Amino acid sequence: MIHAQDLVKAYELGGQTVRALDGVSVDIAAGEMIAIRGPSGSGKTTLMNILGCLDRADAGSYTLAGEDVARLSGDRLAEIRNRYIGFVFQTFNLLPRMTALENVELPLLYAGKHREARQAAIKAMETVALTDRMHHQPNQLSGGQRQRVSIARAIVTNPAILLADEPTGALDSRTGTEIMQLFKHLNADGRTIIVVTHDPTVARHCQREIYLRDGRVAQPSATEALQEVAP
Amino acid sequence: MMLWITIKVALRSLWANRMRSILAMLGIIIGVGAVIFVLSLVAAAKADMMGRITAMGTNLLVVSPGQRGTGGVMSGTQQNLTADDAEALLAKIPQIRDLAPVVRGNVQAKRLAKNSRTSLMGTTVTYFPIRSFEVEKGRLFNDADCDAMSRVAVIGATTATNLFGTEEPCNQVIKLNSINFRVIGVLKSKGDQGWFNPDDQVLVPYTVAMKQIVGVDHLNEIDIRANNEADLDTIMDRATKLLRKRHHLQEDQDNDFSIRNQAEMLKTADSMNQVLALLAGGIASISLLVGGIGIMNIMLVTVTERTREIGVRKAIGAKNGDILRQFLIEAVVMSGSGGAIGVLSGFVLAAILSRVTSLQASVSLFSVALGLGFSMGVGVFFGFYPASRAARLDPIEALRYE
Ligand SMILES: Nc1ncnc2c1ncn2[C@@H]1O[C@H](COP(=O)(O)OP(=O)(O)O)[C@@H](O)[C@H]1O
Ligand SMILES: [Mg+2]
Repeated sequence: MIHAQDLVKAYELGGQTVRALDGVSVDIAAGEMIAIRGPSGSGKTTLMNILGCLDRADAGSYTLAGEDVARLSGDRLAEIRNRYIGFVFQTFNLLPRMTALENVELPLLYAGKHREARQAAIKAMETVALTDRMHHQPNQLSGGQRQRVSIARAIVTNPAILLADEPTGALDSRTGTEIMQLFKHLNADGRTIIVVTHDPTVARHCQREIYLRDGRVAQPSATEALQEVAP
Repeated sequence: MMLWITIKVALRSLWANRMRSILAMLGIIIGVGAVIFVLSLVAAAKADMMGRITAMGTNLLVVSPGQRGTGGVMSGTQQNLTADDAEALLAKIPQIRDLAPVVRGNVQAKRLAKNSRTSLMGTTVTYFPIRSFEVEKGRLFNDADCDAMSRVAVIGATTATNLFGTEEPCNQVIKLNSINFRVIGVLKSKGDQGWFNPDDQVLVPYTVAMKQIVGVDHLNEIDIRANNEADLDTIMDRATKLLRKRHHLQEDQDNDFSIRNQAEMLKTADSMNQVLALLAGGIASISLLVGGIGIMNIMLVTVTERTREIGVRKAIGAKNGDILRQFLIEAVVMSGSGGAIGVLSGFVLAAILSRVTSLQASVSLFSVALGLGFSMGVGVFFGFYPASRAARLDPIEALRYE
């Protein structure tokens, strides 16, 4: 499903070049639930942005579902994100002044599927078990509820891949665990799920992990290693 | 669907930032309000002026002295129209039913302690029917009064109130520039007509006005009434020839007088209105420009504030065109709302105008459409730059924005 080879991404910061990604290769099969873990600043978000077609690598190749996405235009990438990828952010990023349901409908409206939008959005809200809060605006919802809405928004177009960047980072541990359970359910339905986290307890919910350090794939040190990797 | 939800969200955020929105829309509100109001004012003034000119009667010609000066440089009015000219016109042109010589001036009218600055009209008895004045009380002066230079005056209703209050004016004495006149009649009120109030004037025999008050030997105007409308052209022709001859004009010299009929007066009135409308248009364009800049400014602020939102929208599949459209719609919703408020205030102002003056100001559908159309156009025009900035934002940069 995802095949990335030798990805390089560098930033100029005050005359210095920071290599956020320094030759990262990843292969992710359809239906996997995988964690991308590493300390802060190791390049996790940068990698996720490239895998999610939000950003382009400076060097290296990336094929998504057989398509070489390195040279696509901005609008074409937007289409790919809309159709194949759902994003879940640490800070939810729901749009203010729109109800939960309107937020969830939005990707379908951008896809031009106006007629199905309402029904599909309600179905997605059912999937995240939040049908009783559909007409609330984000600021009337708790953190966990907001993250559920944002997951509903991520799955409403029925994308193959779900990308979550620190999805539990702004939540208490109990709510965080609930969110991870939800991801597991979605994964059980066949969706590929990539969770970016610095937190071993989150990574433990995944089938395997890719560990990053200083923009490279590495082996976690003894203290960083997971006690047990969930089967 | 997309359009609808965009408008809905735009209205919600306008409402959430009410104060800011109003301030941003102020220029548009004032601009559109001014357009609506002034257009209704112009239309009302025009209708009023037309009404007045038509009320003068269709058989009217007005002879005025020409402009003095050469080569397009006007330097005042000629002083060459005389009472003899008037007599000659009446005597030689049978199509003329009657005419009235007119001398104008301003006088200080005084009665006991009461004092009033008013306009003076020196004329003959024919002036009253020609200009459709009717007598309310007492009598009008007649030809004998003119010949005898009697110091008698007919006064307008407003002047009567100014000088006499509720007292009876007839047969009382007033002073016009310190000369005693006996009031013999009061005119029926015609109602204030904007820049000239026909109810506030004193009319005396023209002979008296010329010799004793204004101190001139020429006329300001000769009002001619034709027997019927078909004779107007003939009269105009013959009067021109006669006056040229009387004024000893050579073939190659221009007329030193002008004769206008009602159609021409309507044209003059209309061109005055066009000047007014142009002026209003100028004011309106300036306020719309300022309003547009206000909208652009607030949209730039909005785009910056919502950078993250733009990133999110792009992440979930919005293309550049979607973002552009969204912010354009928001700008148009804002300017359109400003336009709508402007239209409402224009309505209110027009209603107030109708209440406090005699003008019948009403707002036309055309001016409402014009106001709304322009304000929305301003939104598109001035919203474009902020919207295209939003559309061009890099999704990653936008998502990282704090
Ligand atoms: N847009 C950017 N401009 C400059 N430096 C950046 C940018 N994005 C990321 N970086 C740098 O790249 C490195 C990796 O960042 P990131 O991928 O966000 O790390 P992580 O998500 O693992 O914390 C960091 O050193 C960060 O400062
Ligand atoms: Mg990160």
